Amino acid sequence: MAEFSLPNNSKIVKGEYFRDKTGSTNLKKVNVYRWNPDDGKNPRIDTFEVDMDNCGPKVLDILFKIKNEIDSSLTFRRSCAHGVCGSCAMNVDGINTLSCIKSHSDIKGELNIYPLPHLKVIKDLIGDLSNLYKQYESIQPWLKTSKTDTEKKDILQSQKDRSKLDGYYECILCACCSTSCPSYWWNGDKYLGPAVLLQAYRWISDSRDEEKKERLKKVADELKLYRCHTIMNCTNSCPKGLNPAKAIGSIKKMLATS
Amino acid sequence: MKSYKIIDHEYDVVVLGAGGSGLRAAVGLSEAGLKTACISKVFPTRSHTSAAQGGISAALGNMGEDDWRWHMYDTVKGSDWLGDQDAIEYLCKEAPKAVKELDKYGVPFSRTEDGKIYQRPFGGMTKNYGNGTVQRTCAAADRTGHAILHTLYGQALKHKTEFFIEYFALDLIMKNGECKGLIAWNLNDGTIHRFKSHITIIATGGYGKIYYSATSAHTCTGDGNGMVLRAGLPLQDMEFVQFHPTGIYGVGCLISEGVRGEGGFLLNSKGERFMERYAPNAKDLASRDVVSRSIAIEINEGRGVGKEKDHVHLHLDHLDPKVIDDRLPGIAESAKTFSGVDVTKDPIPVVPTVHYNMGGIPTNYKAEVLTLNGSEKVVPGLMAIGEAACVSVHGANRLGSNSLIDLVVFGKAAAKRAAELVKPNTPHEDSPQSEVDKCLDRFDKIRNSKGESNTSQLRLSMQKTMQSKCAVFRTEKTLKEGVDEIRKPFESLEDISVKDKSLLFNTDLVESLEFDNLIRQAMTTMDSAYHRKESRGAHAREDFSKRDDKKFMKHTLAWQNGKEVKVKYRDVHARTLTNDVQYFPPKERVY
Repeated sequence: MAEFSLPNNSKIVKGEYFRDKTGSTNLKKVNVYRWNPDDGKNPRIDTFEVDMDNCGPKVLDILFKIKNEIDSSLTFRRSCAHGVCGSCAMNVDGINTLSCIKSHSDIKGELNIYPLPHLKVIKDLIGDLSNLYKQYESIQPWLKTSKTDTEKKDILQSQKDRSKLDGYYECILCACCSTSCPSYWWNGDKYLGPAVLLQAYRWISDSRDEEKKERLKKVADELKLYRCHTIMNCTNSCPKGLNPAKAIGSIKKMLATS
Repeated sequence: MKSYKIIDHEYDVVVLGAGGSGLRAAVGLSEAGLKTACISKVFPTRSHTSAAQGGISAALGNMGEDDWRWHMYDTVKGSDWLGDQDAIEYLCKEAPKAVKELDKYGVPFSRTEDGKIYQRPFGGMTKNYGNGTVQRTCAAADRTGHAILHTLYGQALKHKTEFFIEYFALDLIMKNGECKGLIAWNLNDGTIHRFKSHITIIATGGYGKIYYSATSAHTCTGDGNGMVLRAGLPLQDMEFVQFHPTGIYGVGCLISEGVRGEGGFLLNSKGERFMERYAPNAKDLASRDVVSRSIAIEINEGRGVGKEKDHVHLHLDHLDPKVIDDRLPGIAESAKTFSGVDVTKDPIPVVPTVHYNMGGIPTNYKAEVLTLNGSEKVVPGLMAIGEAACVSVHGANRLGSNSLIDLVVFGKAAAKRAAELVKPNTPHEDSPQSEVDKCLDRFDKIRNSKGESNTSQLRLSMQKTMQSKCAVFRTEKTLKEGVDEIRKPFESLEDISVKDKSLLFNTDLVESLEFDNLIRQAMTTMDSAYHRKESRGAHAREDFSKRDDKKFMKHTLAWQNGKEVKVKYRDVHARTLTNDVQYFPPKERVY
């Protein structure tokens, strides 16, 4: 009989319990995934009792409170804190989102915070996004136009053509969608995933771009594109309210009708 | 000290920072065939340029007549005559070309009916030298910075710029007053890297995080400015800190001036459009320092709204919902997320919030870093661009939408100048070991610190001091107290404690190193403000309420060495770059 074994570091153990020291009567238990690449140990879930009477409204505020007041070694990415830079994407209460725009009052009971699923973890809540970034590069996210003499001449675009980019150019590459997609979990090395396909579609639909056909041809691939099985997790998880599934559907439709 | 293994790199040019200006420079350098490295502590599209909303100024004249000279006049007036007019001429003249280039790169600008780039009115932007408003600010809805940043990153990929992402820069390598590169720490694998370069371009952005409440990202810690101070070079005009009139109350999230550009207005608790009293012509579209001061006065005189009467209301509920949908969708989203307001029905609670640093690393219009040694002197091998730099085009107060244009115009100018100065693949000199030792000593000391003071406490104490002693209105008393108080967290650096000792993605250590950078800038800001005994632009002294051109039409230069901050002055350039425009002599600034 075949034997299966889990890879190293896939077993999560119970970690430290950080009891409240403020004497607050309004506490929230926050369970956070921790993994330190230096100590050779398995990942663990640390539990923090956090004083909610003196905490900002978002999940990121809780993480700041932990880092500033309880355990400064807690590691996560963050930058703008206003939902535009895409740094603080993580899995909060089972859903991928930006912790800076997610209100913790939406979550009753204990709060569980994990890194984005199915990425190689670098440390604690920080996942390795280098594969996604390479895939992004592969779709050549720049305008291809032969109009080089544009210092004198404007490139015109009608309002109608411009509106075709709405819902796509706003993507902040936070990776919430791609890391919520089971197809991407399984075939992330070959399947481009919703984030990158949405970006591909953004350039395909830009009326100023002159290589629409080549762009379509480039993604028309069994693995790169057609691993999308319209599971729709991507659209459900997008913290910016975009619809990657629709973008992928549109690419498929363009290919089917061209 | 533990010995650190050093990995060496050689590049013609190293760009530190991958926001709008760093990326624009990197694109230009790659185009010029220079071997270029772009180093950033965050992935490029996470840079704070992404948060810029309203737009990028350029006298394109797509929405009515415009002239770059009018733009120049507005910028000079906005700067309260502290800007260098040769640099401002360069900025405004080059702006239209730079925006058209962005269009060619693929920035998804909003459009006019005839397909041109849409432009909106913005604070302080006028036609015919102050006679009526002009639509000069090119916009991609209210996500212009995001659109530009992502597009520039795409261009850098196109030109195969070599990126070093999630590398935290530690120090410059200086030799006989010249910059020979820098040392950085790779967060992902914990290694230390020495980048030798003929030119190092600092594009690390602003340092808004010296304040408690700022629209700035947590990464806006002015690391390049900190490196420059440690290299024994001065920072310029640090006292000029812009408070954006409309940060969301209690959160600090930015609400674009574009809201007022599209017809939004401010109301106090009496329901008055109070800006009509302070700026009878421009009203809500006066420049930012004026609007922020007006709000502060309304609040101080008891006409603020809310339980604490400590903020005002920004109304856009009278606007056509289609205008909001098309041109201000991001604002509607932020207002909902951060203050629970539906902007089509209710006003947004807003308060002046730290937003931008006019001051920074002194440069000329070619982006070359300057110091003062008898007279103005270029520091060979070192350039600075973007918010990190003080060219100075913004002088004492920046106009909205002049910062995005600053990024691309001077990013491009830096690349152009570097291409003139460096021949591709010129061999590198040996860099002095003493510089590396000095840098790693500091790094190692902070890393292994086991004191009593926690970094977050020191940071908080710095931020609270800046917020209370160096705010919209300043006095001799508050500044004097500030000068003393701000040195306490600096002294406590000796007693800092870093819990995480590892080299791999150690954000505890990163934050401590960032604090080391911040506190030096906080001290230079406070001291520069204390020494400027006049009111000009964003620096408003209650005890010296007038501008004093005789004594202070000068740039402040501040050197920091330990607790000491040395302050000197250099003359503002009272000249234009060419004869295409005449010098605008100082006059009273009314809107």
